[in-house]
Amino acid sequence: MGIIKTGKLMFDYIRRDEEDKVIAVNRALDDINLDIKEGDFVAILGHNGSGKSTLAKHLNAILTPTEGTVWVDGHKTNDEKSVWDIRKTTGMVFQNPDNQIIGNVVEEDVAFGPENLGVPTNKIIKRVEESLKMVSMEKYRHHSPNKLSGGQKQRVAIAGIMAMRPKCIVLDEPTAMLDPDGRQEVISTALRLNKEENITIILITHYMDEIVNADKVIVMDKGKVVMTGTPREIFNRPGELEKYRIILPQVSRLAIELSKSLEGFSLPVLTVEELTMKVMEYKNANNTRSY
Amino acid sequence: MPIILDHINYIYSEKTVYEKAALKDVSLVINDGEFIGIIGHTGSGKSTLVQHLNGLIKASSGHIYFNGEDIYDDDYDMKKLRSKVGLVFQYPEHQLFEATVYEDVSFGPKNLGLKGVDLELRVYNALKAVGIGEDLIDASPFELSGGQKRRVAIAGVLAMEPEYLILDEPCAGLDPKGREEILELISKLHREKKITIILISHSMEDVADYVERLLVMDDGMVLKDDTPQNVFADYKELEKIGLGAPEVTYAVQQLKEKGFNIDGTPININQAKEMILKGIFND
Repeated sequence: MGIIKTGKLMFDYIRRDEEDKVIAVNRALDDINLDIKEGDFVAILGHNGSGKSTLAKHLNAILTPTEGTVWVDGHKTNDEKSVWDIRKTTGMVFQNPDNQIIGNVVEEDVAFGPENLGVPTNKIIKRVEESLKMVSMEKYRHHSPNKLSGGQKQRVAIAGIMAMRPKCIVLDEPTAMLDPDGRQEVISTALRLNKEENITIILITHYMDEIVNADKVIVMDKGKVVMTGTPREIFNRPGELEKYRIILPQVSRLAIELSKSLEGFSLPVLTVEELTMKVMEYKNANNTRSY
Repeated sequence: MPIILDHINYIYSEKTVYEKAALKDVSLVINDGEFIGIIGHTGSGKSTLVQHLNGLIKASSGHIYFNGEDIYDDDYDMKKLRSKVGLVFQYPEHQLFEATVYEDVSFGPKNLGLKGVDLELRVYNALKAVGIGEDLIDASPFELSGGQKRRVAIAGVLAMEPEYLILDEPCAGLDPKGREEILELISKLHREKKITIILISHSMEDVADYVERLLVMDDGMVLKDDTPQNVFADYKELEKIGLGAPEVTYAVQQLKEKGFNIDGTPININQAKEMILKGIFND
């Protein structure tokens, strides 16, 4: 069993009237079966309302299944006694940087988690130092968080989780409110933690350029998993993606347009570098033929 | 009639230790019927600038003229200005508060004094313009999807029938299809209703695809004011201030560096395709 496993996971949002009578049941997750290996970088794509945030909230027991089971590092999330262990294993980063920073000073904020876990003070100091280093924010240790940029705030939030020594971090649209620079900072930080610290990363996003380096991609629609594969496999199914309201990055769409005029131009193209490489190759092959 | 900004300065927390100049000597003419984009990294002054345009923030010094009148005159009617210059904030759906879609959209025009059939017409027209069907008119805004909520919020501003529509990152947080739908909606309002649009965006691709004139803000100043084509041609300058160019611009630039014979700087897919094909076959 992987670090995170879901078996026949179902979740209903239930609306009740004043008398507690059920007036509507909305199935947000429908038969989700995942098995995520420790150290994997998994991306979850899906449009607004596809169920991806609801799924994320099941991965550290903020929500528990209506039916089925979620195991985090072997613990069932609906077992109340396991909640602490689960939250130590899986940390979450949310969309809005301003909603998840509570300290008046960066290092205070990062220390909040381990403090709550009862880690001794001298060890907290060490963990705070290490965690800030991992997200390249050690210089801001004594700064006030509200003077930081969005990307920096998100990195402080990640450091706060790292200070709890988790095995897994779930990032729920961590870049939705950031400018291009901030997006880049957060995504490369997540990738580095994955590669260097072997942290399992689950990245929920709308942006396909952020999933290029994932080990596995899951696409959700109407509470179901509708596509799974490597980034390359997913990029190669643009028509299907569009049906699920996901659009390829501009450079990938340019490649598709080029392939319509260039016979044998191979798809998919994931990055700017790949596009230029393929165009050069094509030109060289083409020129050789014409001599 | 144009909006004219004449040497606008704005200083936050003036005369305190946190004093910071957010706008520095900004002079600008916004003409009727333009589709203007504003880019700049976080903290460059974009949002501060647009909040001046409908009098939400008052400049520390300088003047703003609307229809030839100075909006800082003592007897100037700010209410009229705000009905002509509509501002859609970031995450506007956070400001939906009424029990039904109808009531929410009618809030603005009601405050302008509209009643009865006139009011109803305004609301129906605004909802129609943003593509919200009559079936949702009595729904609670909180039952709607993210994209629908945002449309309702935009309808609330449109119901005031503004001549100018300012949108502060209207696509933030939406899925790619939702982004495209909102941008198409804005573009349609510009084309069909001749509303002057001012669009703040973090996406270089979006402004390259839609706007006619692009302002680049940095450190409280308007650094560039030109067509998107000319602005992105100088993308190295943009990188210095934490911005960049559309992906296709970079792709073509890399090809040029590898000896590809391409003239000009593409800013959208069609231009890039044409240039690359030429580069492959015309050598």
